[in-house]
Amino acid sequence: MKKFKLKKIDNKKKTFLYIFMIVVIYAIVMALTSAGIINRYYNGILITVCINLILVVSLNLTTGYLGQLTLGHAGFMAIGAYAAAYFSKTFMTIPQPFSFIIALLIGGVMAMIAGLIIGVPALRLKGDYLAIITLGFGEVIKTILLSMAIIGGAKGYIGIPRVTTFTSAYVFVIITIVFVCLLIKSRHGRAIISISEDEIASEASGINIVKYKIMAFAFAAFFAGIAGGIYAHYMGIIEPKTFGFNKSIEILVMVVLGGMGSINGAVIATIAITILPEMLRSLSQYRTLMYAVTLIGVMLYKYDPRVQVLMCKAKMFCAKINPFKRKEAK
Amino acid sequence: MLKVNNLKVNYGMIEAIKDVSFEINQGEIIALIGANGAGKTTIMHAISGLIKPVSGSIMLNGQDITKIQAHEIVRKHLIQVPERRRVFASQSVEENLQLGAFTRKDKVEIAKDMEMVYARFPRLKERYKQLAGTLSGGEQQMLAMGRALMSKPEILILDEPSMGLAPLLVAEIFSIIKDINKSGTTVLLVEQNAKMALKIADRAYVLETGNIVVTGTGEELINSDEIKKAYLGG
Repeated sequence: MKKFKLKKIDNKKKTFLYIFMIVVIYAIVMALTSAGIINRYYNGILITVCINLILVVSLNLTTGYLGQLTLGHAGFMAIGAYAAAYFSKTFMTIPQPFSFIIALLIGGVMAMIAGLIIGVPALRLKGDYLAIITLGFGEVIKTILLSMAIIGGAKGYIGIPRVTTFTSAYVFVIITIVFVCLLIKSRHGRAIISISEDEIASEASGINIVKYKIMAFAFAAFFAGIAGGIYAHYMGIIEPKTFGFNKSIEILVMVVLGGMGSINGAVIATIAITILPEMLRSLSQYRTLMYAVTLIGVMLYKYDPRVQVLMCKAKMFCAKINPFKRKEAK
Repeated sequence: MLKVNNLKVNYGMIEAIKDVSFEINQGEIIALIGANGAGKTTIMHAISGLIKPVSGSIMLNGQDITKIQAHEIVRKHLIQVPERRRVFASQSVEENLQLGAFTRKDKVEIAKDMEMVYARFPRLKERYKQLAGTLSGGEQQMLAMGRALMSKPEILILDEPSMGLAPLLVAEIFSIIKDINKSGTTVLLVEQNAKMALKIADRAYVLETGNIVVTGTGEELINSDEIKKAYLGG
């Protein structure tokens, strides 16, 4: 009994620490922006980081926790982007913060519906087959968008109100991460993780595999749609080709690099991979080469025992200087 | 209690189970024995809804469960402990047990049953925080059985509980199975280890390439020459 009590206090402190970090990061960014250190260029990178974070954390739900390899995440992003943009352009008269929020929700819901439509047949398949069918789905979405003149077709959809700010993107990142964390810690989350471990044993424990697979898939699509909406309202113009196979792979790389089924890892990997190409700009033509080499290096050495020891030491050091450390109970 | 009538199961073109009928009464231990490929696991999977038979029916307490989905069958308190244990390796012992109670809502009762499982398997209590994947084979088998007990089985189906275990552990597992049966759970035991299975079984069915060839009480079968030759090695 005593053990459980201690654990609870620990969790409370952890939650407090996370909230503290969320506020501090926001305050720092705001301070730097008003001081003029974060200019429009850096602001753009920050918003891109936020959009990628939503995509990665949501894809982590299907690929990381549920263990199903899907390659069409950019397709859901595209649906969200176009649906949100279409709403914003059609209903220009609605006052701003509301219009933006409604647009994002519509984008999310449309992507979720698409997720359900594709998920019900696709999730009967496993492994490579699921990967291929979702890949095909992403391309189908892209092609449909290309051929629809009403939303610009290949020329791109222009004149979307550019209302995305760092604040709004940041808020949605927090919502996404908190939602996914709560879901994973819940009973439903346990079911999702169990399915990735062993489908037969899950079913033998009374877990409805089909239901939970579709549930995870639909939520992932929803947040991808939200990310798409934020992207559309940041760029002001969207083109179908942005949401191709490459984008899906880019998101997947971040998920895999961060460690599948790890939120902290996913966040760090996303920030690193989004910022890396920008930092490598000085290398001009060698940029993509360095980017690739870095990725390969990380994958090769991530599980190297020496690196693991270093990471362990770093963790212990962090624990030592942690101001919220709980005093040992005697 | 459980009645299987003229069950027939195919894998594509291959007939795995040809025409199998058997019956389990309340409180019994029934053994289903046979060599590799005789179709034991296939019958298990058909009963617990993991595969759909071509024809025939499976009746639980007079209700046809042939077409019911696997996770729904669990709610009818017919629980399977799958072959090769299949514990959730990256989750702790306690989390594995909690997943066993996935279909149940009553927290007080679940906590009580958790204590009951820990009392039956003290080894699991010692390791409640350990990841299931790091347990030994015998401990994993205990965990898989404990997980099944958490869903309050009326009929417990055990698929090859002795697989890959040392003889001493096999004896321990089988005495636990007997205990579980004594406390009121009907047990269907599928085994390759015919000797052990027949020792504790009330009745047994011998399966050979998709057909039941011999049936009788455990004692009868363990002493019959036919069985001795075919399955017990002379």
